[in-house]
Amino acid sequence: MYRLPAHQLLPLLRARQLRARDLLEKALARIDGLDPTLHAFLALRADQARAQADQVDAELDAGRDPGPLAGLPVALKDNLCLKGTPTTCGSRMLETFVPPYDATVVRRLQDAGAIVVGKTNLDEFAMGSSTENSAFGPTRNPWDPQRVPGGSSGGSAVAVAAGMVPLALGSDTGGSIRQPAAFCGVSGLKPTYGRVSRHGLVAFASSLDQVGPLARDARDCALLLGVLAGHDPMDSTCRDLPVPDYQALMDRGIEGLRLGIPRAFLGGLDPEMATSFEEAGRALVGCGAELVDVELPHLEYALPAYYILAPAEASSNLARFDGVRYGLRVPGPDVATMMRRTRAAGFGPEVKRRIMLGTYTLSAGYHEAYYSRAQKVRSVVGEDFRKALARVDLLVLPTTPVPAFPLGEKTSNPLEMYLSDVYTVGVNLAGLPGLSVPMAPVRGLPAGLQIIGRAWDEGGVLACGEAFQSATGFHLAAAELGPSSGGPA
Amino acid sequence: MSEPETRLPLREVDHVARLARLDLEPEERECFALQLGSVLEYVGRLAEVPVEGVPSTLQAPANVLREDEPAAGLGPEVALANAPDRQGDYFRIPRILEED
Repeated sequence: MYRLPAHQLLPLLRARQLRARDLLEKALARIDGLDPTLHAFLALRADQARAQADQVDAELDAGRDPGPLAGLPVALKDNLCLKGTPTTCGSRMLETFVPPYDATVVRRLQDAGAIVVGKTNLDEFAMGSSTENSAFGPTRNPWDPQRVPGGSSGGSAVAVAAGMVPLALGSDTGGSIRQPAAFCGVSGLKPTYGRVSRHGLVAFASSLDQVGPLARDARDCALLLGVLAGHDPMDSTCRDLPVPDYQALMDRGIEGLRLGIPRAFLGGLDPEMATSFEEAGRALVGCGAELVDVELPHLEYALPAYYILAPAEASSNLARFDGVRYGLRVPGPDVATMMRRTRAAGFGPEVKRRIMLGTYTLSAGYHEAYYSRAQKVRSVVGEDFRKALARVDLLVLPTTPVPAFPLGEKTSNPLEMYLSDVYTVGVNLAGLPGLSVPMAPVRGLPAGLQIIGRAWDEGGVLACGEAFQSATGFHLAAAELGPSSGGPA
Repeated sequence: MSEPETRLPLREVDHVARLARLDLEPEERECFALQLGSVLEYVGRLAEVPVEGVPSTLQAPANVLREDEPAAGLGPEVALANAPDRQGDYFRIPRILEED
């Protein structure tokens, strides 16, 4: 039961061989057993979830259809607003913040009959690559609790990887869905910028942020994306475009498709990760695809451009946390002192570092050299992707250069932590869809194959992931959670 | 980790902290001087990319307009529910001008 994907649970629920309430109780028991070790969750809402599950059961018993996700437990990254439940963003600043409205994606999940069980841990304000930057303590990787789960959507990736829930939502600004999916052995999709509403997602870098699914396989990502995607009048960057029936596209295969590999960019790859990637390439060829070398000559500049643009946008977005309307306030004799003290006490080191960096690169005298130049480099990187994707149908590369690293290894050197996003940030700069699915493990740890498509072609990206998973089965491997981790094995 | 010459001068650290409305502890000043210096050195690689005549990326579509129609808002009680301090239907803050 813990290992079944949502698309296999749904028929059982609809046939009444499985009750939503029983599925929820199993999820809650699993969380009880494992979360003291793994710390995937910041908050649970067991009572509301039980009431919702009972309602779904009553509707199914009465022969009604409560929606495409009816009865499936779902976890939310704690930067998505859930009305009436604290939304902390992993920050002391928002420890007591209770949103007065639901994020659009949360509303859509609930309208589809999903059962929201709780909020998952993250790097503070989604800034980080290891979930170690949470003010409420790190999340641990179920494959090896001494290692990080990746980040910033580490809690959501672990909740799925450890069999606590079949589905979770994350957000991806520079790799924050794909990298933890890769580190934890699950599937995670960053949709095209503008495919999914950001209304109710606490903003980090608004021109890069997208909400997306984490799940057991590509087919479940398609199921969840179908519910999340589509126009929202509350987000003017969310495009009014038709949403395909993603699940209907899943079996079309990749026979005859051309897949591009940016070989020149893969120099710094861990040798065993390179071996795993070569094996993945052979499996894709076995599915009928053709591998083609492509040039993305400016991709190496994506990471420095990202670490100018994302902190610049963050410094602006996080100006709203000023102790006036919500969140922490540390008293002061005048308003400026109150704000400086509040922000000093409320933000952790990485958030302060990015606010400082962004404020610096936007400040008088430096704006042209840093921010304006980075925006132009962003266009150059986007043009590289467009040219490559005019020659090939999809791009494939590893999601990360190395597998999950030990806790504490990179916390003292921010630049080294930033470098772990090297293969993911380009996709955010270009606004494209990117999927990570498990490929052959590296030294016993999960590794991710990243599949990148043209704008709005989530269907093609997901169908490639599905073909790869049908051929390889790497996504079926489960973390061994022995008695030492405190939970049921 | 960083060469001394990549440090950001403390004077600049203090200036940026003031712009960002952040009080820094003495050890944070030192730490940010080193860390920001090394990140700025790294992102300085962008100078290698020729960008003459290249347009900036604008992620949002031009203008997105809708009819301006009245709709229900949050209402004062809900909007003020998270306020650290309030007075009636207002957010309350300490005085804005420092006393001399």
